[in-house]
Amino acid sequence: MTTTETTETTRSSPKQADDRFINRHASLMPTFAALGVLVVLLVAAQLYFGDFVSPGNMSALLLDNAYLMVIAVGMTFVILTAGIDLSVGSVMAFTGILLASLLGRGMPAAVAVPVILLAGAVIGLLIGILVQYFDVQPFIASLAGLFLARGLAFVVSLKSIRVDDPSVLWLQSTRFQVGDWYITPTGIIALLAVGIGAFVLQYTRFGRTVYAIGGNEQSARLMGLKVARTKVFVYLVSGSLAGLAGLILTAYSGAGYPRNGIGTELDAIAAVVIGGTLLSGGRGYVLGSMIGVLVYGTIKTVISFLGAEQAWMQIIVGGLLLLFILIQRFIVSRSERRE
Amino acid sequence: MSNHGASPPGSSIVEMRGITISFPGVLALDNVDFSLRSGEIHALMGENGAGKSTLIKALTGVYAIDSGEIAVAGRPVVFHTTADAQVAGISTVYQEVNLCPNLSVGENVMLGHEPHRGGRIDWKGVHEQAAEHLRSLGVQIDTRTMLSSHSLAIQQLVAISRAMVLESRVLILDEPTSSLDRGEVEQLFAVIRELRTAGVAILFVSHFLEQVYEISDRVTVLRNGQLVGEYLIEDLPRHDLVTKMIGRVLDDLEAISEASNREVDRSGVPVLKATEVGRRGVLEPADLEVFQGEVVGLAGLLGSGRTELARLLYGADRADTGSISINGEPVRIGTPRHAIEQRIVFSSEDRRGEGIVSDLTVAENIVLGIQARRGWRHKIRKAERDAVVAEYMEALDVRPANPDSVVGTLSGGNQQKVLLARWLATAPELLILDEPTRGIDVGAKADIQRKVAELSAAGLSVIFISSELEEVLRLAQRVVVMRDRREIGQLDSNRVGLNDLIEYIANTSDGSAA
Amino acid sequence: MGVVKHRLFWPIAALLTLVVVNTLSRPQFIKVTVRDGQLYGALIDILRNSAPLMLVALGMTIVIATRGIDLSVGAVMAVSGAVALTIIHDSGNPDNLGTVVSAVVVALLVALVLGSWNGMLIAVLGIQPIIATLVLMLAGRGVALLITEGFITTVNSGPFEYIATGYLLILPFAFLISLTAILLIGAFERRTALGMLTEAVGINPEASRLAGVRSRGIIFSVYVVSGLMAGIAGIIYSSNIRAADANAAGLFIELYAILAVVLGGTSLQGGKFSIAGTVIGVLIIQTLNSTILFLGVPSAQSPVFFALVVVLVVIVQSPRVRQLGRRPRGATGSDGTADKPAKAEVGA
Repeated sequence: MTTTETTETTRSSPKQADDRFINRHASLMPTFAALGVLVVLLVAAQLYFGDFVSPGNMSALLLDNAYLMVIAVGMTFVILTAGIDLSVGSVMAFTGILLASLLGRGMPAAVAVPVILLAGAVIGLLIGILVQYFDVQPFIASLAGLFLARGLAFVVSLKSIRVDDPSVLWLQSTRFQVGDWYITPTGIIALLAVGIGAFVLQYTRFGRTVYAIGGNEQSARLMGLKVARTKVFVYLVSGSLAGLAGLILTAYSGAGYPRNGIGTELDAIAAVVIGGTLLSGGRGYVLGSMIGVLVYGTIKTVISFLGAEQAWMQIIVGGLLLLFILIQRFIVSRSERRE
Repeated sequence: MSNHGASPPGSSIVEMRGITISFPGVLALDNVDFSLRSGEIHALMGENGAGKSTLIKALTGVYAIDSGEIAVAGRPVVFHTTADAQVAGISTVYQEVNLCPNLSVGENVMLGHEPHRGGRIDWKGVHEQAAEHLRSLGVQIDTRTMLSSHSLAIQQLVAISRAMVLESRVLILDEPTSSLDRGEVEQLFAVIRELRTAGVAILFVSHFLEQVYEISDRVTVLRNGQLVGEYLIEDLPRHDLVTKMIGRVLDDLEAISEASNREVDRSGVPVLKATEVGRRGVLEPADLEVFQGEVVGLAGLLGSGRTELARLLYGADRADTGSISINGEPVRIGTPRHAIEQRIVFSSEDRRGEGIVSDLTVAENIVLGIQARRGWRHKIRKAERDAVVAEYMEALDVRPANPDSVVGTLSGGNQQKVLLARWLATAPELLILDEPTRGIDVGAKADIQRKVAELSAAGLSVIFISSELEEVLRLAQRVVVMRDRREIGQLDSNRVGLNDLIEYIANTSDGSAA
Repeated sequence: MGVVKHRLFWPIAALLTLVVVNTLSRPQFIKVTVRDGQLYGALIDILRNSAPLMLVALGMTIVIATRGIDLSVGAVMAVSGAVALTIIHDSGNPDNLGTVVSAVVVALLVALVLGSWNGMLIAVLGIQPIIATLVLMLAGRGVALLITEGFITTVNSGPFEYIATGYLLILPFAFLISLTAILLIGAFERRTALGMLTEAVGINPEASRLAGVRSRGIIFSVYVVSGLMAGIAGIIYSSNIRAADANAAGLFIELYAILAVVLGGTSLQGGKFSIAGTVIGVLIIQTLNSTILFLGVPSAQSPVFFALVVVLVVIVQSPRVRQLGRRPRGATGSDGTADKPAKAEVGA
């Protein structure tokens, strides 16, 4: 039986080892780049401000952006299938104000929280059904979700509603301290979301199907994978996580506010892309998205430290996004080139 | 290799009886019988529209059948989805290798059947098992590498390996060799023969007659949705096979060959003269001359640089070195627009990706070249447009003869004709054709070759690239041979035969054979 | 049956239905009165108020035709308004026609530059349209905020107000602006070969390039046009509120514009497009808006209705619904292999 030699083995050794590494881990390159940027940012901020990288600041970094981290996890799933979910900011606002409203009417938190998670899931499910069974493009389908959720948020209440329920407020007010580092339950929730998301994508068939769909949906179908079910489910996951983010944000700010989350989906997309996930699907990691959120949060913190106008926040995030896209294109095109 | 168990070699594994499938306005399959035996390689032959792909789609669960029965291993089955067919042991490897390029080789092999441990995927086990399956096909590669980093030939073998993981009893190979070079084809055939020995039934669909004769045991011929017959390959000479496929004897090709066997006047200024044209990493500097009324063939194996040279001459890619002169005048060709201005046109080998604009109509596709040259400000008047379109649709026999039909719905052969019409309509001086007959039916192939011969005899210069060396020899007066991104020589095709050409391509000065 | 199959049938039917429903509930809906040589009425309001969205949607149509998307239009609107108003405000001479004209010209030039920026990123550097325009969408609003220094700049300028509220020959000036844009763009696209070449570029950019079409030029120019349209829309918007509100100007307008384009029958996948379809799409959205306001629904809640509209439209346009009763799955051209379209830029 003849043994096949692949093209790689006909080249000389050191380059071969390089290429093998790239060939195995090509998808990780953009995420490494994101990590690099985060480190650079933190180092630069530290040098400039003196005590930027302090336990207090770093702890706050996670907690101030916990809601975005949760949303980014869901967005990663969706973008991996080459889809997109524009509704998450509005769903977050809707579930947030719904929670505040239900609590205000005396519903116990133990009931209200599952209800709002369910609400998020239902909107996600509707989007998923439109995408999969009616062949609607994800952009348009999630646009409908955006409109629906935003409108419903205002239907629940035109103004903000304060939350007094102690069990919800507990999520934000309690701190678990280790020296000067601290974390609240909301932070733990965010980290759990990241951890579970990463595990699912790496170690479950559902997760691998997500990647397969992003790689080549038709192939995935022909390979016998449960494509339809998976595609619907990623939107359900995204919607549920947006609901979870609503809980976190409401706990964080002590109130529900129907105008929350305008533009949050874009911040999430920026964070996910910066974290190394390709918009075309099939490549990326939840951990990368987490790094992307931290990059976003660091910039926000730096800007407020500088006392600069928040307007700069948007300009810088835009510029950084551009930089990352260019880096991604460069790296991906290199790793895919075959001699 | 493991014994795939179910049926002893030679016994019938698939029986299709009286299969009829119709679509609005078209009877795709009319009461067709088909059978497949374990441990055989069975070729399915027929022109486009003959019903081959419809039959396969019925067997793989893509289409529902209107009437008839399918039985697998003696038991009647009904396939509602592609998953049903896979469960019954029928796997398909398509031309585009339907795998996931962003996943590792190992994962592609085991996807959907990964071993689990403790509720989660056991990646070590995935790669071990995948490597083992690949090894049993003679393929030794690092299963942790990304699929897209491997050649198409390797990706195909991975796809076949996956089919074996699923313990397929029937393996359908749909045009597997279109993009492979000779060495890769040999490797593929070796694998297929091993599978045959192990009792797998292999259904082989290909346009390459040589290969069909090389590897098949039996052949089934379809024509216009009906079964013409089933034969042992050794009982069917090529001429008879082609006759059965297209229903008429092909004297045409002989006539074309005769017409092309003429002398070209090379005393004047060449229409195109390329000197030292090259691009780093893509093509070594090459020279080329084409005279008026001459057909110059570019021959060589896959990867020899023929397409790369053509693209540089056309400005589709930019050359680093060299110069080009047209009719004696030096010109700069950096973009396709420059070439078109010099009346050079190029028909890409990737008909669907770089040729036709699939959602536009036949008419719009045909006038696209003319319109692009005139610029957006000067729209072609309806009268002129209709006249041009009608003229070329008739000259090339484009079917269906409806200028407003959307090009994406035409068969490959007709799409190629539309593409050719686009270029001919611009009244070029030099026509560069890259693989114009790839993947199209025998009838359309002949039509296109005849047209090229006619036009060149009337004064059009042509650069003709084809992997089918007989075609090159048939049409060209001169053949330029290339290998490994370099030009290695020229032959006068009027005096040279197929074996000589193959010999020339195979034997290099540095000793490595194909 | 040919009528029903016509691309514009459903959009026109939807618009007519809306008009009829409105008229039944408030007969004065279709009443148009003339006063001092100017037309008034609910229908006229719709025509006038639809101007910003119409302009943006026209630009969006040709961008989408090239398989692209422009998410930055809202931000460009904000910048354009900010530039114009700041110039007028700082001139000390807000009522001067000359001042207003030069302010508008400068603002439009800035919009052209921003459109060219997008065009360069996409046509020259080859960046995906959704990302390239997302960059400007994020950064642009920041820039607008910087220009207005975080405040909402207001002016009292007769000539400037005229743009959004004035009349010319019995019709609202703003409507005439959008009408001119419709006619100009329609003429450019269909009377010249630009329309077909744009469609070719959207359907298969590489094949178009090899066929000698100036793909790059076409792609570049559609973003420039889109930027210009957004610039004009921004002027009209700030003229209407007599202020530059960097946060609110054009908020969500890109979404409504995309919705209008899709309602009009143009596919997000690129290729064939319809200006007339977009016009009808915009009118549907504007009429729906008017209906919702009339019903007394707080405008903040109106998105719910738009969600329903979107869902209805896409379900009707969906291939599944169109193919009722066709059994064989995935039947395509006679080559046998199903042609899946390349993934659309917008993350389909």
